[in-house]
Order: sequence, then C-alpha cells, then structure tokens
Amino acid sequence: MAETTTAQKSVKFIIERQDAPDKPSYTEEFEIPYRPNMNVIGALMEIQRNPKKSDGSSTAPVCWESNCLEEVCGACSMVINGKPRQACSALIDQLQQPIRLQPMRTFPVVRDLVINRERMFNALKKVKAWIPIDGTYDLGPGPRMAETKRQWAYELSKCMTCGVCLESCPNVNDRNSFIGPAAISQVRLFNAHPTGEMNQEERLDALMTDGGIEGCGNSQNCVRSCPKGIPLTTSIAAINKDTTKHMFKKWLGI
Amino acid sequence: MNDRNSYFPRKLHSLLGVIPLGLFIVEHMLTNFSAYEGGPEGFKDSVAFLNGLPLVFFLELFGIWLPLLFHGVYGLYVAYQSNLNTGRFQYGRNWAFTMQRITGVVTFIFVVWHLYQTRYQVMVGNVTHEELGGVMHDVANSPFYLVLYIIGVIAATFHFSNGMWAFLVSWGITIGPRAQRISSYIWMGVFVICSVMFLMSLFAFRGDEFKEAASAALAWANLV
Ligand code: SF4
Ligand code: FES
Repeated sequence: MAETTTAQKSVKFIIERQDAPDKPSYTEEFEIPYRPNMNVIGALMEIQRNPKKSDGSSTAPVCWESNCLEEVCGACSMVINGKPRQACSALIDQLQQPIRLQPMRTFPVVRDLVINRERMFNALKKVKAWIPIDGTYDLGPGPRMAETKRQWAYELSKCMTCGVCLESCPNVNDRNSFIGPAAISQVRLFNAHPTGEMNQEERLDALMTDGGIEGCGNSQNCVRSCPKGIPLTTSIAAINKDTTKHMFKKWLGI
Repeated sequence: MNDRNSYFPRKLHSLLGVIPLGLFIVEHMLTNFSAYEGGPEGFKDSVAFLNGLPLVFFLELFGIWLPLLFHGVYGLYVAYQSNLNTGRFQYGRNWAFTMQRITGVVTFIFVVWHLYQTRYQVMVGNVTHEELGGVMHDVANSPFYLVLYIIGVIAATFHFSNGMWAFLVSWGITIGPRAQRISSYIWMGVFVICSVMFLMSLFAFRGDEFKEAASAALAWANLV
C-alpha cells in the first residue's frame, strides 16, 4: 500500500513551549511521521499520542486549543512560521519545514500554545456589540433589513474573535490600551443593523474613550492577516468618520 | 480602565499635524524655494514678508511653537506606544507605519537643532533675519551639516506626506481601499515633489551669492 512507500517521510516541528503563565518559555523539537493531507492540529495530536522529542527523549505533551476544526471558532489561533493563523486550516503540505509554532504573545499565555483571549470578549462588552431587544413587553418585529445590506453585513459578521488581527497589530501591546481592530469592525456591523442602529451613539461613545479607535495607527496589517477576509481597515475608517461626526455633533449640541 | 481619555489628545495631535504644522512646512518650502528662484534677494524678501506679518509674535506662538511642542512631545509618546513589527509583516503600509514613527523622531530632533541654528540665534541676537541666508550658506557648504540636513529634510517631508495620508483615514475622509490607494499615490507624489524642492533650495544656498551674507554669520557658526 501507499503507506509503505511514504512511511519514511516525516515532519519536523520547532515548538515554543511554556509550562505556566509566569514560567519562562523554551523550545522543543519534534519529528513525527507524515500522513497525507495532515494539518497542524493533526500533528499536535500525534505529539499528544507519542510525546517524544526528536532526540527520542520523552516530554510532556504539547497543549493547544481547538474546537470546530474548520476555521470558524478561532480557538486554535497560533503563530505558525511567523504568521498568526488558525492551526486547523494550516496544511502541512503548504508549510515550509521545520514548522515553527509559537503562542500569540499579544495575549497572556496559559500554557504552551494556549492563550487567553479574554481581552477580546471584554472589548465586545465595552462597545456593546449586541442588539438590545429585551424589555418588559413584546416590542414587536423590528425594521426589515434590505437583502443587499444583509449580504454585506454577513461579511462583517464572520468575525470569530480569533485574535489574529490583534496579534498582527503593532499598536496592540502592553504599552498601549488600543482595543484592536475586531471590536471596531463589530461596532460597524451592529451600527448598520436596523435595530442595532438605535443604539449607535452608545457604541461610538465607547470607542471615543481611552484605548478606543484613536489607537489605530494605520499599519493595516490586520486586514492582510484576517483569515475571514473582513475589510477591517475600511471598517475602521468608516467608524473614524462616524466618531468624528459624533464628536462635532456633541460639541455643537445637535 | 482608567479615567484618562486618549481620544481627544490623539485627535488634537492629528489635527495640529495638518493645521498649522502641515501648512507651515508648505510655507517653509516656498520661502526656501525663493532662495533657489530669486537668490539672496528673493530669500531675504520672503523672510522680510513673513516678519512683516501683523502680530507676528502671536502668529509664531500659536501658529508654530505651541502646536509644534504638543505634536512633537505627544508624538514621541505615540511612537513609544507602538511595536515595530516589519520583520514579521513586510507590507508596504506597515513599513510606512514604522517609517512614520522613525521619521517623526528624526524630524523632532532635526527641528529642534535647526531652530537652534537659525531662529534661536536670531532671538539671542547673534544674527539678524537678513543674515539667515548666510547661515544656510555655511550649513550647506559643510559636508557634515549638509548630510544631516538632507536626512532631516527628507524625514520631515515623508512625515508630512504620509501623515496627511493617515489624517485622511483617521478623520474618515478616505474610507474604502480604492480611495486610500489613490490617496497614497497622491501623497507619495507630494513627498517626492516636496523633497526635491527642499533639496533644490538647500543646494541653492551653496552658491557664492549667499557668501557675503555669510561672513557676518560665520562668527557664531563656528561656535555651533
Ligand atoms: S476580525 Fe478577522 S482576524 Fe480579527 S478576530 Fe475577527 S476573524 Fe480574527
Ligand atoms: S479549531 Fe476552530 S478555528 Fe481552528
């Protein structure tokens, strides 16, 4: 069978590891048998089954996070060969070896490749990235959304809070309170919704506080990195326009 | 979350970069260019015209000194808050982002030093406005200063042009990718034109016609 001819092939990994949030990081090398159509998650599973470094000595299995395995949940984001992306859609055949895996250090590292993306969820809370429809009585149906607009908004709604855009942003770091591109694009999404629009000022206000939209320095790495192809820089510029207008309106009291 | 709000200072920083500082750099470029076009007389006339403006003290204070101080100092803080990651993300815009911060710091140092060499010397009475052409003659003829001026001038014009590009995005004027791309072509064109004009005037100052004016200035220039 084909396996006998490919059995010799192997895949090399250099993985940056860390035992706990406050522990120093170190790297370990692994060499695992190649299988056709393998992705990075598959390779990590192989290391989990047989946690041996390339020199043959055993080690603790490498920790990572993943859920959907089809690039829609964002849990498996990590830095692969220098670029932040999802491990589940990173195919071994398309990667240069040795494959370097690192955690996305913009976020606190929990262990090995596992990071804590809590700041992104806090950001969504801060900008109120939802549509408030709860009340004490039935509010009835909301205004309809044009189909063309729905299709446009759908693109923005694809964000999976994966954190890749924050990892690529030079202004998201511990000297800077910038909220990051993802939440700004979500403000655009919810402000475009016919019902969400009713609370648009609240979201703009949230982006006009410390660490808000002004933290964007236009490096535009985010839009080049987003796996969902979300037009982040267009969203930021559009919200720049809205916040600027909002600022002048507030000043002039209209 | 603290109570500090970075939105307004950052917006002010952005606005001051255009009005008045952007306008000033264009004005400065034209004044210098009069040295290229009209020689010492042309340059002297331009300087005299500026100094003849009414309320020139307040114009300078509110039109240049204070905006420059705020934009410069706050700008250093903005630069400090950024990581430079062009190693990992070698995209054109990311390079521009990095260069905007580097040229900002270079321009800040250059402007302080340039002000010391010119405006400050006028203020303390070492040279007069009429002798500034001579001061620049000495600067442009010293290979060391000339190289520093070329670097400073190019840094300043890049910071201005690319800053204008970013201003249009930050205030929501150029929104879509197409608008931003066209804007980048325009501002890179402005960068080239401004740099060439500044450099032409810088080299014009090397000419002998600025020499007589220079002798008076020499006395203090040796001190610098
Ligand atoms: S905008 Fe794109 S890169 Fe950023 S979190 Fe959402 S899906 Fe990930
Ligand atoms: S596991 Fe959900 S994006 Fe990779």
